[in-house]
Amino acid sequence: MTKKLITVFVNGKKEEKAVEPRTLLIHFLREELNLTGAHIGCETSHCGVCTVDIDGQSVKSCTHLAIQCDGSEVLTVEGLANKGVLHAVQEGFYKEHGLQCGFCTPGMLMRAYRFLQENPNPSEDEIRHGMSGNLCRCTGYQNIIKAVQYAAKKLQEPVAA
Amino acid sequence: MNAPVLSAEARELALAGMGASRLRKEDARFIQGKGNYVDDIKMPGMLHMDIVRSPIAHGRIVKINKEAALAIPGVHAVLTADDLKPLKLHWMPTLAGDVAAVLADEKVHFQMQEVAIVIADDRYIAADAVEAVEVEYEELPVVLDPYAALQPGAPVIRDDLAGKTEGAHGKRDHHNHIFTWDAGDKSAADAAFDKAEVSVSQHMYYPRVHPCPLETCGCVASFDPIKGDLTTFITSQAPHIVRTVVSMLSGIPESKVRIVSPDIGGGFGNKVPIYPGYVCAIVASIVLGRPVKWVEDRIENISSTGFARDYHMDGELAATADGKITGLRVNVVADHGAFDACADPTKFPAGMFHIVSGSYDIPAAHASVKGVYTNKAPGGVAYRCSFRVTEAVYLIERMVDVLAQKLGMDKAEIRAKNFIKKEQFPYRSAFGFDFDSGDYQTALDKVLEAVDYKGLRAEQATKRADPNSPTLMGIGLVTFTEVVGAGPSKICDILGVGMFDSCEIRIHPTGSAIARMGTITQGQGHQTTYAQIIATELGIPSEVIQVEEGDTSTAPYGLGTYGSRSTPVAGAAIALAARKIHAKARKIAAHMLEVNENDLDWEVDRFKVKGDDSKFKTMADVAWQAYHQPPDGLEPGLEAVHYYDPPNFTFPFGIYLCVVDIDRATGETKVRRFYALDDCGTRINPMIIEGQIHGGLTEGFAVAMGQQMPFDAQGNLLGNTLMDYFLPTFVETPHWETDHTVTPSPHHPLGAKGVAESPHVGSIPTFTSAVVDAFSHLGVTHLDMPHNAFRTWKALREHGAAL
Repeated sequence: MTKKLITVFVNGKKEEKAVEPRTLLIHFLREELNLTGAHIGCETSHCGVCTVDIDGQSVKSCTHLAIQCDGSEVLTVEGLANKGVLHAVQEGFYKEHGLQCGFCTPGMLMRAYRFLQENPNPSEDEIRHGMSGNLCRCTGYQNIIKAVQYAAKKLQEPVAA
Repeated sequence: MNAPVLSAEARELALAGMGASRLRKEDARFIQGKGNYVDDIKMPGMLHMDIVRSPIAHGRIVKINKEAALAIPGVHAVLTADDLKPLKLHWMPTLAGDVAAVLADEKVHFQMQEVAIVIADDRYIAADAVEAVEVEYEELPVVLDPYAALQPGAPVIRDDLAGKTEGAHGKRDHHNHIFTWDAGDKSAADAAFDKAEVSVSQHMYYPRVHPCPLETCGCVASFDPIKGDLTTFITSQAPHIVRTVVSMLSGIPESKVRIVSPDIGGGFGNKVPIYPGYVCAIVASIVLGRPVKWVEDRIENISSTGFARDYHMDGELAATADGKITGLRVNVVADHGAFDACADPTKFPAGMFHIVSGSYDIPAAHASVKGVYTNKAPGGVAYRCSFRVTEAVYLIERMVDVLAQKLGMDKAEIRAKNFIKKEQFPYRSAFGFDFDSGDYQTALDKVLEAVDYKGLRAEQATKRADPNSPTLMGIGLVTFTEVVGAGPSKICDILGVGMFDSCEIRIHPTGSAIARMGTITQGQGHQTTYAQIIATELGIPSEVIQVEEGDTSTAPYGLGTYGSRSTPVAGAAIALAARKIHAKARKIAAHMLEVNENDLDWEVDRFKVKGDDSKFKTMADVAWQAYHQPPDGLEPGLEAVHYYDPPNFTFPFGIYLCVVDIDRATGETKVRRFYALDDCGTRINPMIIEGQIHGGLTEGFAVAMGQQMPFDAQGNLLGNTLMDYFLPTFVETPHWETDHTVTPSPHHPLGAKGVAESPHVGSIPTFTSAVVDAFSHLGVTHLDMPHNAFRTWKALREHGAAL
């Protein structure tokens, strides 16, 4: 199949690759770029384990074509920590036991990262609705809610001088 | 200058040993996208496999045409049963003593059965090739209902068993009959019913459901044609058994087979069986001499891999007029699908179903389970439960409610009246289980007080008195006992291998350690909790104890993780391996301190000379000595291996209470409150226990409120994607309240019983109990799951309660 050259900025790095037009973004990330943090769970946009951030929006990369991202900025879980310092959502999931098998975690983190920018001070109910596109089979969500609350609090703390 | 002297308490705290809510060691990699799951593994020259599956539920294969598929550039091979025949790999043994087709041999038995495999350069080309394989079928009549399957003229599902009247579990009396298994004493139970002042009976169907972990099943098989070695990375909850089976099937010596379970994205029983896809990928790698990856998609996962339950159950209780249960009878027709591929210990074709006498002192009981073939996918795995325990607990808890209703008794009162009393432990049930320990009444009292049970009943009475109440209020109560920790190898084995488990611990010269186990975590946090056990046993901080599992080339042989067996079995192996090291360490410490072993006391992390706190050697001191200059007559080094064969199962229990409000207009059920008290004996990491309970309750909620696998008359599975199959989201999942009591197991070295499955087993009947309770004043004794809005709305209409 004819390939098309695309340019995508992934975790701040410019990537120029020739891809088949039918290549899904999740396969492009996992197989072309070796970014295996985002996973594949359902292929129907329901479970959210493939969630990444594209140009400031949460996107399920299992139903998104790589060529749709030509010229876009993509952030994956691998780009969340800054110079070895965990992002507040990563810290929250660790401190509040917000993960078990870890398979949904990268997608959850990416959704939490974006959700807390959409709603920096959410109620529990708002977290439940704002995160509802991401499924977890292990935790029953209760500790994920605590993790998001932990991150919300931390993100609102004044930055130390 | 001397270092400050820390108190024993401070040193114990620093170990982060048993009882500490230690944060998880596993998390660092998962929160940074550095987990290593099967689909993350890439090998040089790796090819991709995909599977051609049957679109029909029953039929003969007339012709398979591979040509168009083979003509696609990048396709390396298309293999069918005929290609596997010369290798005798077209059929394989199941864990239940039956055989299953690896690739359909002349006929297909269920929709989505594996018919052919294609191997290609990448997964896209493989998917193209699957579409290009042409298969012609001649359709046969389909039988989906197990009662219909047992009728004289029913279609023959298994042609390969023609004339075979003896199965793995005794006589077969019909071509679709697999086994009939009995437990208990039928004549004693019949006598109890003959004399009964009161008796009740209830039919109930436990639907076919699927564990549906978010990671589907898959493997990467890599055969090295020069060395003759086979390495397979696989989504398996029991890698050692896979190694043994692969060796038996392939003829490759077990020493040249390496099976690795890397990180696993949830198992819940779905990853216990050995699936045709694994076998095919291994065969393809051997044939092509290149690594082959196979990862199924979600539709394949739900349609073809291990389902759970599908039990049609009839329960009966005999009792005195004042509510003392005198007898129990149970008859089950079990739909096993087209091959008997249940994952149970060999001698237990219905698993531990005979825990069906529950937490109650029932003098006479009998249970009979009949396994039947139908044109559905094989399976019968334990979905987050010990073998068939969920079904059993559901049945007895439902029956006790039905009896209470008949007698007009409160469901808490009737349970208290029939509990096995604290002083009766160890208690032998009518089915022969030896319950290790329990204190049900204390736990029940604690729950009833915590939720203000009397207040809830008063509120319910007020609502019932109001004809305009927009909701029906229901209160569910369950007091369950589980049997886990399989199991004693004299009665429990998988394919002949006893169900022990194992641990190897090595203390390094500078006092850190590595431990390897025969189990494999799938989210339970073994790397965290196992280290805590060793920390407490040996006085080494858990932070410097590395735990490894899942690689058969390094881990000692073990039977894996399922049936809540990791803590009861492997946890005990860890404690006893550590104690072997401790005994040797004491000898070394005595030598170093120039005293007799008996003159030493152990305190947290050190051996002290009795009566002199200043004379001591820490475990780290001892470790150095063991490698530096061991005493005469002792081997150098400080390590041990222990294989633990449990003397008995463990019997965790719990008291769950649920309050629901059912919308009389829509049938929607809101879980207002769910209170779960669990007693899993000694608690190793309370944070992890609570997390396991949250997860188990949520999976129980999924089963009770929405999961089902419906089939149409042709055998098409109507719900095999996440569009149709219910996995609860953040929004519908209730808030959970947890509590505990601690009744240690007397026969376990740590007193621990296992916990992860209790919340699933216990919560499912609690939801049904609550929903039925909402209707109980209308004379309803039972409603089958799932309690989704449509079904509940129909019940509201039927009983004149809809608004």
